[in-house]
Amino acid sequence: MPWDRNQMAERAAQELEDGMYVNLGIGIPTLVANYVGDKDITLQSENGMLGMGPFPFEGEEDADLINAGKQTITELDRTSYFDSAQSFAMIRGGKIAAAVLGAMEVAENGDLANWMIPGKLVKGMGGAMDLVAGVGRVIVIMDHANKKGESKLLKECTLPLTGKGVVDRIITGLGVFDVVEGGLKVVEIADGVTMAEIEAATEATLVA
Amino acid sequence: MVKKVYGSAAEALEGVLFDGMQIAAGGFGLCGIPENLIAAIRDAGTKDLTVASNNAGVDGFGLGVLLETRQVKKMISSYVGENAEFMRQYLAGELELEFNPQGTLAERMRAGGAGIPGFYTKTGVGTVIAEGKEVKNFDGQDYILERGIVADLSIVKAWKADDTGNLVFRKTSRNFNPPAATCGKICIAEVEEIVPRGSLNPDEIHLPGIYVHRLVQGQHEKRIEQRTVRKREEA
Repeated sequence: MPWDRNQMAERAAQELEDGMYVNLGIGIPTLVANYVGDKDITLQSENGMLGMGPFPFEGEEDADLINAGKQTITELDRTSYFDSAQSFAMIRGGKIAAAVLGAMEVAENGDLANWMIPGKLVKGMGGAMDLVAGVGRVIVIMDHANKKGESKLLKECTLPLTGKGVVDRIITGLGVFDVVEGGLKVVEIADGVTMAEIEAATEATLVA
Repeated sequence: MVKKVYGSAAEALEGVLFDGMQIAAGGFGLCGIPENLIAAIRDAGTKDLTVASNNAGVDGFGLGVLLETRQVKKMISSYVGENAEFMRQYLAGELELEFNPQGTLAERMRAGGAGIPGFYTKTGVGTVIAEGKEVKNFDGQDYILERGIVADLSIVKAWKADDTGNLVFRKTSRNFNPPAATCGKICIAEVEEIVPRGSLNPDEIHLPGIYVHRLVQGQHEKRIEQRTVRKREEA
């Protein structure tokens, strides 16, 4: 059985280590916060906050306290606030250890596309281009295939790029893949999934 | 004594608006947006605006109101996904849009306000954002040249101010407000409360009053875009 969204998030949480400052993207990456357990992880929200807490209790929402997905959140005893220039200074400056992001396409050379589909609705890249250019490690969580059943792990991206050669590790429902010289290396296979299934579902070059 | 405090947003904007001007606006989503100044610019009817703002508001609120009245010619933003009217005007070719990566936009404002006309960044290298921009290699890595923004006017929102324009922000409503404030030839700040001089702790001022030329106290709706909560029994 391939991993579901929560299992993918749980697997991604294993990538995070004590002391890390981490940025989680919108969607499945947000779920990673549910699985960090006792690890000393500080979450960054690029709209200007370190030490992001959980959603507020009903009735305690504060319009001045939101995350990058514009959701109401809470602060922790370690929280700090700062402006957007400062926020991206720490991102661009390599102070954020890792970003966990969703993706539309990833290529075997680490190219990432996750911000735009030409001809369709164009929403913008937000902070994604800065994050992938700046953070220590870029971890992508995404479905292995798109809605048409086509591989999202490609030889080359077809959509406009968010960053070139920026992805380090990809977690899909089928397993964990690292971007290495010559293609993607299978690091881990989800329980009950076979290598043959992965090969059949993947356009990108798989290397040993 | 120089007077910075004005009685209303409309009064604070007197003499600074002109058609075709560039405005830098603070705020992230609907959080920390200068909602009174936006409404006053709508009422003033100033046209052909270029607005540098991370987002474009939503339909009927925030910068969305200036889109509805067709006062905006061009937006410089990183994310505009929450505004159907924006999308309609953009796809119909009625509105220009310049996408900037969020950090690049923030730094363009910061740099413009700090007297830095351009800077090199690795954000966007190898993407459409790099098209037409100078690429320079430093220590084996490519960077692209981005320009500082100097706007004709900055409109920002803060929590508290004293009458000299020293500003204090609250939680994540700080966001783009400080960099936007610094990059305007004139900066107008709207605040929830103007407090007596001496009552703000000088060590805890987020933006010194040197950047703020005019001030107005206003009522703020502070609309929430995505209300997310957890149930008490889960705690």
